[in-house]
Amino acid sequence: MHADPKGVLTGVHFLDGDHSCCEGALAAGARFAAGYPITPSTEVVERFASRIPTVGGIFIQMEDELAASIAIQGAVWAGAKAFTVTSGPGFSLMMEHIGLAAMTETPCVFVNVQRGGPSTGLPTLPGQADMMQARWGSHGDYGIIALCPNSPQECFDLTIQAFNLSEEFRVPVMMMMDECVGHMTEKVVIPEPDTIEITPRRYTKLPPEEYRPFEPREDLVPDMVRAGEGYRFHVTGLTHDERGYPDMGVAAQDRLVRRLLAKLKPLSNGRSLCETENLEDADVVVVSYGITSRVAQRAIQLARSRGIRAGKFRLITAWPFPTERIRELAGRVKAFVVPELNLGQMVLEVERAAAGQARVIPVSHAGGTVHNPDTILNAIVEAAR
Amino acid sequence: MTPTTTLEIPDGAQNPVEPFLRMDRMPHIWCPACGIGTTVNCFTRALLDSKVNLDKVAIVSVIGCTGRVAGYARLDSFHTTHGRAIPFATGLKLANPELQVVVYSGDGDLFAIGGNHFIHAARRNMDLKVICVNNMTYAMTGGQSAPTTPAQAISATSPYGVFEPTFNLVALAEAAGASYVARWTTYHVKQLSRSMEEVLKKTGFCFIEVLSPCPTLYQRRNKMGDGLDAMKYYKQASKIRNGAPTGECTLSKSGEIVVGKFVDRDRPDYLELLRAQMTESLGERYAEPEATCSC
Repeated sequence: MHADPKGVLTGVHFLDGDHSCCEGALAAGARFAAGYPITPSTEVVERFASRIPTVGGIFIQMEDELAASIAIQGAVWAGAKAFTVTSGPGFSLMMEHIGLAAMTETPCVFVNVQRGGPSTGLPTLPGQADMMQARWGSHGDYGIIALCPNSPQECFDLTIQAFNLSEEFRVPVMMMMDECVGHMTEKVVIPEPDTIEITPRRYTKLPPEEYRPFEPREDLVPDMVRAGEGYRFHVTGLTHDERGYPDMGVAAQDRLVRRLLAKLKPLSNGRSLCETENLEDADVVVVSYGITSRVAQRAIQLARSRGIRAGKFRLITAWPFPTERIRELAGRVKAFVVPELNLGQMVLEVERAAAGQARVIPVSHAGGTVHNPDTILNAIVEAAR
Repeated sequence: MTPTTTLEIPDGAQNPVEPFLRMDRMPHIWCPACGIGTTVNCFTRALLDSKVNLDKVAIVSVIGCTGRVAGYARLDSFHTTHGRAIPFATGLKLANPELQVVVYSGDGDLFAIGGNHFIHAARRNMDLKVICVNNMTYAMTGGQSAPTTPAQAISATSPYGVFEPTFNLVALAEAAGASYVARWTTYHVKQLSRSMEEVLKKTGFCFIEVLSPCPTLYQRRNKMGDGLDAMKYYKQASKIRNGAPTGECTLSKSGEIVVGKFVDRDRPDYLELLRAQMTESLGERYAEPEATCSC
């Protein structure tokens, strides 16, 4: 279906990534946001607080990030599309509720505008060091989706994607922005509502007596219901059976937890989002994401101008990681160069996927600013040797 | 031959509260003489007597013995994370104000890990009905100290006796802004049912504390007898003082228990305040929240 025109600010705008992300959420149909102030992410909900009273919806500033990250889940079960926004320390506090959303298959979006860490770190400066936390931060085995925009335009486009994917797979989706992308201002084109594809929530068509809340369809995702419609359903963070009732058995645990991961397989096998350039003849492939991909772009240009066959692989879906795409490339390139604003996170995934078939060279940076393109270029030159 | 009397249960007969419970989940996990079941019985009576539309009642529980209530109530029910029933319920309520949202939880959950959420929801006068079963301990995890465990009591984590001062829950609720504050014990089943019925008909943040026995952990460790002894204590030590200043209602290990309805006041609730503010600031541009989307 198409976007509800009420939330779509069609036109050409000059917006920063945070504001653009908010417009993406509104266009996607989000009518509920809960937040807690934290730099450099707060502008997203500041804009939402300003916009939503005339669109029709709720913004509530909660008492902390734990509250914000579970208030959105209450709203979802009442029928809303909902999201919260934070940065490093707040993201750490939200981990328990990312696990709850995964376990209860609650579609919702967590925006993390990454800053330098650990702890309070660099509140106003960029980092990309929450990438592993986004995937593994809550306890237990579960799957999530993480998207990495590299421009304000993508903050708009991918926020819509984030909501759509959360509905399709019933998982929490992480928008892994960074301070640079969040605070840089560029042209953002917001299209007409009837050109914006929205994935509606899939509500059950079964009557209450036949409906089993966690009975998966063929695609391993169950149909939803919302409170107040006579289904008298139960949702729990405990291991549960298809009725939603707690089941402390080993078999129920195995069935449920394996399904929580297996339902995301289509995304790691072929449907992952990425942007590639010059891979056909590449000797060296630069794998990057977020703001770092824009610095990498310059380094790749410089390398090409020196006659080095460098290619670009930009991760848009960071999780599930596009293992098969990287593995296929590993069989025919010399090396991967992986710059990121952390001391080596996604590079571990590239190494795992490459499985020894190609060299993998990290270009780490502790954060606080972006790489110098020359640093990445040097790594490309070294890799091509 | 000695005649025997057998109690025949006629076919189709059922306990009047059965329609409110998930009978396919019985038996429940609570210990013999635990008071939580008594409170659930009172709650189902209140649902019955208040004639609320049960399809529009949602119940939110969390972790702990009382946290299991949601799982047994045949309502839209949510069993969420430790301490966070109130913010979950806040989202549920705001996204669909038609819902009557009940938070059913224990003292440790609501006032230790979840204490901050409690005071803020009361401050906002969020239209939630919070029922706190206070057994003065963390029972599910084996009887550790809670912010409500009275001085001198022995617990798994206070083997030499509790020395920390406790929270007076009803005073805390009133100070934070609750519209309705009452306290009963599981001895006061009629009064408790009536209070629950009252809060189902009231708008705003409502709080009912129910003192409830935990013979397995709290009483056993403190040599306070069994469930019957708890009932005798509640009967003997309770004084009904409706309207009593909540500051004078502190509980202790074996002293007087002041019960009653302490606060029943009308304050605009969160949604009313929101609507008033937005209408004043935005006039006709204000759009009523429609958080529940068709998409």
